[in-house]
Order: sequence, then structure tokens, then C-alpha cells
Amino acid sequence: MEQTKSFFETPAPPNFKGVLSWLITTDHKRIGLLYLYTITFWFILAVLLGLLIRTELMFIGPTLVEADGYNALFTLHGVIMIFLFIIPAIPAIFGNFILPIQIGAKDVFFPRLNLLSWYLYIIGGIFALVSLFGDGLADTGWTFYVPFSVGTQTNVSYAATAAFILGFSSMLTAINFITTIHRLRTGNMKWLQIPLFTWSLYATGWVQLLATPIISITLVLVVLERVLQTGMFDPSKGGDPILYQHLFWMYSHPAVYIMILPGMGVISEIIPVFSKKSIFGYKAIVFSSLAIAVAGSLVWAHHMYTSGMSDTAVFVFSLLTFVVAIPSAVKVFSWVSTMYKGSIWLGPPLVYAMCFVYLFSVGGLTGLVLASAGTNIHVHDTYFVVAHFHYVMFGGTGFAFFAGLHYWWPKFFGRMYNMKSAYISAGMITGGFLFHFTPMFVLGMQGMPRRYYDYLPQFEQGNFLAGFGAYVMVAGILLMFYNLLRSLKKGEVATSDPWGGVTLEWSISSPPSLHNFETEPQPPEYPYDFARVIGRLRGK
Amino acid sequence: MENQNDATGKRIGMWLFLYTEIMLFGGLFVLYAVYFNSYKDDFIAGGKDLDTLFGIINTVILLISSFAVAASITAIRRKSKKLSLVFVISAVICGLVFLVNKYFEWGHKIEVGIYPNSDLLIDGEPGRNIFFGLYYTVTGLHGLHIVIGLTLLVISAFFISGNRITHQNDTLLENSGLYWHLVDLIWIFIFPLFYLIL
Repeated sequence: MEQTKSFFETPAPPNFKGVLSWLITTDHKRIGLLYLYTITFWFILAVLLGLLIRTELMFIGPTLVEADGYNALFTLHGVIMIFLFIIPAIPAIFGNFILPIQIGAKDVFFPRLNLLSWYLYIIGGIFALVSLFGDGLADTGWTFYVPFSVGTQTNVSYAATAAFILGFSSMLTAINFITTIHRLRTGNMKWLQIPLFTWSLYATGWVQLLATPIISITLVLVVLERVLQTGMFDPSKGGDPILYQHLFWMYSHPAVYIMILPGMGVISEIIPVFSKKSIFGYKAIVFSSLAIAVAGSLVWAHHMYTSGMSDTAVFVFSLLTFVVAIPSAVKVFSWVSTMYKGSIWLGPPLVYAMCFVYLFSVGGLTGLVLASAGTNIHVHDTYFVVAHFHYVMFGGTGFAFFAGLHYWWPKFFGRMYNMKSAYISAGMITGGFLFHFTPMFVLGMQGMPRRYYDYLPQFEQGNFLAGFGAYVMVAGILLMFYNLLRSLKKGEVATSDPWGGVTLEWSISSPPSLHNFETEPQPPEYPYDFARVIGRLRGK
Repeated sequence: MENQNDATGKRIGMWLFLYTEIMLFGGLFVLYAVYFNSYKDDFIAGGKDLDTLFGIINTVILLISSFAVAASITAIRRKSKKLSLVFVISAVICGLVFLVNKYFEWGHKIEVGIYPNSDLLIDGEPGRNIFFGLYYTVTGLHGLHIVIGLTLLVISAFFISGNRITHQNDTLLENSGLYWHLVDLIWIFIFPLFYLIL
């Protein structure tokens, strides 16, 4: 139907063919897809590692691996999921592909820097792989807490270097996005005409700039400790291990918002489109993103209530943590209010989005249990924490990632996946998720500590159920990817606007042409005005 | 591409990057602040062990080099390619002198047995070990940044002589200059924190 060739047929820079036209491309869409392939690889690997952990824990005593292997398993699962999947997934895949289009640009501001970020991502991944060999896998957990991370004989240096490089990669992407949003908005697009997904990436970018350098320097210090033994965190040499925790969480708590904010952006796009109704509280969502970015940077020490801080510090950080819940709740209410009296079409993206809202709310509310110092002492470092952050990270960001995949897939490839399989896999993932993580809340309340290789007999039932749920969930995830891949060959050809969206990416062909827009795009007065779409639907 | 000539955008990108560099050193300064609070006396004693003269010379050298970089940007804007080149190269020389000074300073300290995990530090006061641990980490990281800055300046020099940086297109030189000023600025904080504590 379109005369222009899609970006699949027109490489940038021109004159290169085949693999090379991908490996040296500066086209933001191709780089987005490169990220899609590599990130999906790591995601599936880490999912399978997680499945091994759950299988090990399904039955009491050693099942698959010994205790050391178990430590390595959960470390690798955490490092890959955090640094190679959740942090880059939504910004690097959907951000790269969609952000420039949403603001009517031809590309990001620094296209070559963008490619460099991808290569850094690959190098970081290679370092993570190298740590598999030699002295054995790091066994510290993804937090690399001292003094253990300095004393252990395993490959902590490689894993820390991997995280350092990946941090650098995500920082460069953030610089790129912020500059792009400032400089490349089309013609007269004002700040409050920017679509919410792009807004969320803008807020995320700032958190990345603010926080990532801190983890970089912290990891450098850990490596220096191991190589030179400066004693910076070693109490016997005058150092203070608690300071390590402060520095670590100064990054890693804001990083939680780096992970969830882009996911919230995806949901803010999907819900109005599938309700055919303007988003409720556009400005409130924009400013709550920025508020989360600011407040989320000030709550890091709530991970450390039991590490030995003063009561005043505990009180202040507890209060600040409660404050962050407010902008998050603003978003949840806005999403639900958007659906109220909307004309809802329960397409697969919306199914994932609704699961997101539910799971994220449960995760957020249990976060308040952890935020208040009294209850935190009771459940600190138990499975309650594991369940909480999997609800927000996987139930939140993971589901937003799936939602985004189903939402933008036809735009990426110009093919529509099989709806029935999409619904089935969404159901399996959600059902499996609930079976998988809900027992962990109970186990945590009963006192089962996290990261333990084995447990007391009274915890066996809960762990068995969790393992059972894990299998259902993983089967659902594999079915979902199979369904998406299958659509590339057998799927129906998608129109340029299969969902009736109003942001600029739906006004161009699927897949887009090399320069995205044939003529200078005209952004709508208000980014979520569905009058035109509804008129078109009525006309049918 | 339309953004090839958007100097403002490139500057924004550079400023954002500089911001991350400040945060990077910020983490180390946080460590310094906390440990200074716990080991005040050891830090003061450690500061007296450092050679203030070396520190002052290096500070002056960096200030001169920063001036040279700024002057080279003004020169290229006034279309004086030769003068601009002279200034950039003199900034590079200043940077190299700084590194040589640092080499002798570190060399001397290592000679008298003050280096990470040395017997002298391990058996001595813990605060002293932390002070010198921080000293080596911070000045080492700063030295690394000097090397990166020098690389950028050398690249800029080649671009000036090859007419790829001109009065119409001086963003690369300006961004390298910004980076160099940042390295200088960080040193302005490092110098009093280590050499001039009481």
C-alpha cells in the first residue's frame, strides 16, 4: 500500500548489505531492533536460570545443584536481569525505535553515539559471559556487598566490570535521548504536546545521569579493593562497609525508577488508545514522572534499616519512601480513570497493561509494608522482599515490556501476530506469575530468608507451589515469543494504524521508511485527542 | 542529517556528560567527607606528608593550560588557525608536565613505602591508610581523566591543522575545552582537600 521502501530495505549508511548493514548502522530503528534481539537473548537466558533456581527449591535438600552452584545461579540471574534486561529493555528497544518518531524526528541526536552504546552493551554482555569461566561465577548476589565481594575467590571483578560498562552504555543512551527531546522536536511541538512515553524516557534519562556514575565509581572501588587492597571498605584497615551500601543504593534505588518509569510510559500510551478516550490527567502523569525522578533519588537508605543506621536516618528515609508512593498512585488512578466510560477494546496490549496495573499496585502496596521501619525489621531479607520486587520489576516492568512488544510489534515489522495465542500466553504468564510469587509473600511472613539454598520442612509447600507457577509462567513466555516470531512469516500484514492510535508513530507506514516521515509531520494540538480516530471508526 | 550543524545540541550533550563526570567524582568526595569526619587527625597528618610545593606547581600548570585552551577557542573564532594551534599544543604540553610531576610525586611516596596495602600503611593508623587510599584513588582517577582530556586535545589539534575545525565549526574544540576545564576544576577541589588540610 505504501510506495516508499521500509527501513528494512534501505540501509543507513547506504552501500552496505547484509549483516554489515546492521552492524554499522546509524538508523535508530535498526539499532532498536539490534537491542531487541540481544536483550531478548539475555532475557530468555536469565528466565531459564531463574527456572533452575525455582526447580532447585521445589524440593527440600539438594535437587539439581550444590550450594555454591546455587549462589552463582541467583547472582547470574540477578546481574543479567538487572543490568542486561530490565534497565536497557524498554528505553533501548522501544525508546530507540519510537521516541524519535513520537516527536517527529528523523533520528536521535547522536546516531553514532547510539551505535556505540549498543556495542558497549555487547561488550558488557561479553564480560558477563567471561565471568562464567576461570575462577568460577561471582557468588555475591547482584549487590556485590562488601566485605564478601572483596574476599571471595570468584570472578567478581569481571561481573563488576560488566556492570560498569553496561552502566556507561545506558548513560550514553540517556544523554542521547535528553538531547534529542530538547533539540529535535518537530516544528511547533511544545513540551506539553510530547507523548507520555517520551516524557517518561525524559524523566528516566535524568535519573540515569544522576545515579549511574555513582555505581560506576562504586564498582571501580570494589575492583580496586580486590586488585590493590586499598582497604576503603575493609574495617580492619579503617574502611567502613556500610558506606559501600550507601554508595551502592544511591545508584541502585534510583535505578529501580530507571526500570519502572519507561514501563509506566508504555502503559500510559496503551490505555488511552484501547479505551479510545483521552488520557486522564496528562499533566499529572507528566509531573508525577518528574516527581518520581526527584523523590526516588532520595530514598536509597530504606534498603539498610537493619544495617546499623541512626534512628533519625531510618525515620527520614522511611518518610521519604512513603512520599514516593504518592506520584506512583497518581499514575495508577489516572490509568484507571482513563478506562472509566471509555470504549474499551480488550486487545492483547491492553490485557498486559491491565495486568501491569494490578500487579504493580500489589507490588507498590507491599513496598509500603517494607518502607515502614517497624514491619521492615520483621520481613527484612526474607522472601517477602523477593516477592515485592518481583511484583514491581517483573509484574511491572516485565509486563510493560510484553505490553509494549504487542503494542508496537506491527509497527516494527508490519506483521500482526496471532491474537488467540497472544491471549493464551498472556493468561499463562499472569496465572503462572501469581502462583509463582504470591506464595513468596506468605513464606516471607513466615520467616523464610532470601538467598538460602535450603529451607525448613514447613516451607516446602509454598516453595513447591512457587516452582509450579514458575513452569507455567515460563511456558507462557516461550509461547509468547514463539507467537511473535511466527507472525514474521505467517502473520497478516498489519496496517499503518492497527489499534487506532493518535501519536505520530501511527501516522506513518508499518514498518516505517528510512527517514520516518515523508513530509514534515504536524503534531496534534493535544497528543491524546481521539476525535479523528473515532470519526474514522464511525465512518466504517 | 539536519542536526550536523546544531552546535547548541552538541554542547547540551557535552554538558550532560560533564554532569555525569561530576557525579563520578562526587561519589569519591562523599567518601572523603565521611572519612574526614571519622579520622580528622590522621587526615591532617597525612596532608602534611604530601609535598605542597608539587601540588601548587601542578595547580598553576593546570590553570595555565585551561587558559591556553580558552585562548585557542577565541583564536579559532578570530580565524587565526596558527595561534589556535599554538595554544592547544601548549595546553597539551602543560598536561604532560602535570603527569610527569605526578609520576615523580607518586614515585617518591612509593619509595618511602606509602602505597596501597604497604606494610607501613597496614601496620599504621587506620585513618592514615584510608587517607592515602583515597589519595591514590582520587588522584589516579583524575590522572586518567587528564590522559583522556589530552587525547581529546591532540585530536582537536590534528583537526585544526587539517581544517576540520574552523571558525564556523569549532564545536569539537569547544567540547574538548569544556572537558579540559572540568578536569582542571576537579583538581581545584582535590588540591585543597589533600594538600592544604590545615
